[in-house]
Amino acid sequence: MEHYLNLAIRSLFIENLALSFFLGMCTFLAISKKIETAIGLGIAVIAVQSLTMPLNNLLFQYVLKPGALAWAGLPDTDLSFLGLILYIGVIAATVQILEMTLDKYVPALYNALGIFLPLITVNCAILGGTLFMVERDYTFPEACVYGVSSGASWALAIALLAGVREKLKYSDVPPALQGLGITFISSGLLAFGFMAFSGIQL
Amino acid sequence: MSEVSIKKIVTEPIADNNPIILQVLGICSALAVTSRLETALIMCVGLTTVTAFSNLFYSMVRNFIPGSIRIIAQMTIAATLVILVDQTLKAVAYEASKPLSVFVGLILTNCIVMGRLEAYAQSNPPIPAFLDGLGNGLGYSAILVALATFRELFGSGKLFGFEILPLVTDGGWYTPNGLLLLPPSAFFLIGMIIWIIRTWKPQQVERPDFKIQSGQPHVDAH
Repeated sequence: MEHYLNLAIRSLFIENLALSFFLGMCTFLAISKKIETAIGLGIAVIAVQSLTMPLNNLLFQYVLKPGALAWAGLPDTDLSFLGLILYIGVIAATVQILEMTLDKYVPALYNALGIFLPLITVNCAILGGTLFMVERDYTFPEACVYGVSSGASWALAIALLAGVREKLKYSDVPPALQGLGITFISSGLLAFGFMAFSGIQL
Repeated sequence: MSEVSIKKIVTEPIADNNPIILQVLGICSALAVTSRLETALIMCVGLTTVTAFSNLFYSMVRNFIPGSIRIIAQMTIAATLVILVDQTLKAVAYEASKPLSVFVGLILTNCIVMGRLEAYAQSNPPIPAFLDGLGNGLGYSAILVALATFRELFGSGKLFGFEILPLVTDGGWYTPNGLLLLPPSAFFLIGMIIWIIRTWKPQQVERPDFKIQSGQPHVDAH
């Protein structure tokens, strides 16, 4: 239990996907003008991340890993080079199914999250999370915990940046820094703030 | 096609329509792999190859792919190329590709690749599409190389691992700026590059949401 808690805290604060690995930056900078939309997108990322991470983990552990096909009588097969194309396939399919299910059964939630879901397929935070999971060889329960907490870390970061930007729009920024420039600098400051967590050991 | 437009397709994305600072595409890797020049260069080569060739191949098949499944076709072409780059790097330059960790795989979801496929290769013949991919790859590389040179030179006094500025700790005169090796410094440096380029080319400046009034006294109100 302690191990999983440790993993969750570490991926939420210390190894924050957006602010220490810079994943999903394009959407992070583009959709962070308003807090409400930022939170909506954040929740969508948490949902997709917690669904795709366990799925990709099963795929990795039982099909792709060197020797993983032992159950099918092929102990020497190494399919890990096919990883990328299969992971992105799983992600795209999950997003599509999630979108259709929400549309059919929970229209209220679909209206809130629907516009963000297509954006998420190409969000590097999702594929990046899966690739980190593969690189660190997480077990299935670890992958479940990592999925939820890494999604939450991204959501936390985008909500914080949106808060800063909402206040920032009333300030007098030099014209050439307007918009993108000042956003870069404020997310740099946020990233510095998150570096303060880096010494924490549980 | 005339000589002028080829040149325009390739060079326009470098300063006038740069993918990173103007189109806001492909920022993730620009921030994460620029603490050393060597890693940054490998990343540039990888990304330029994938963008150029995926543009070329997608543009060749663009008339046979129905619109409703084009995203998945684009993804498959790009994923195949990324796997090729990844496997080549592992075979040829294993040690040098290690610091890139997951970022080679992430070329696939790099928005430059998808963005150019959708915006250009979708509606243009193969050769211009290839050049457009090349140009955007070079625009990306220009920013990456500039960032990495600055960060490695002033952060650790080296370039490609060779000592340029002798460090104080080794009896030289240069005190390294450790801040530049930390990830957040890339945010500030890109912010600065945007500031410089937009001061130089004011047509790229974004309009503010609110205009701050300059506090004119209301003389005629009295």
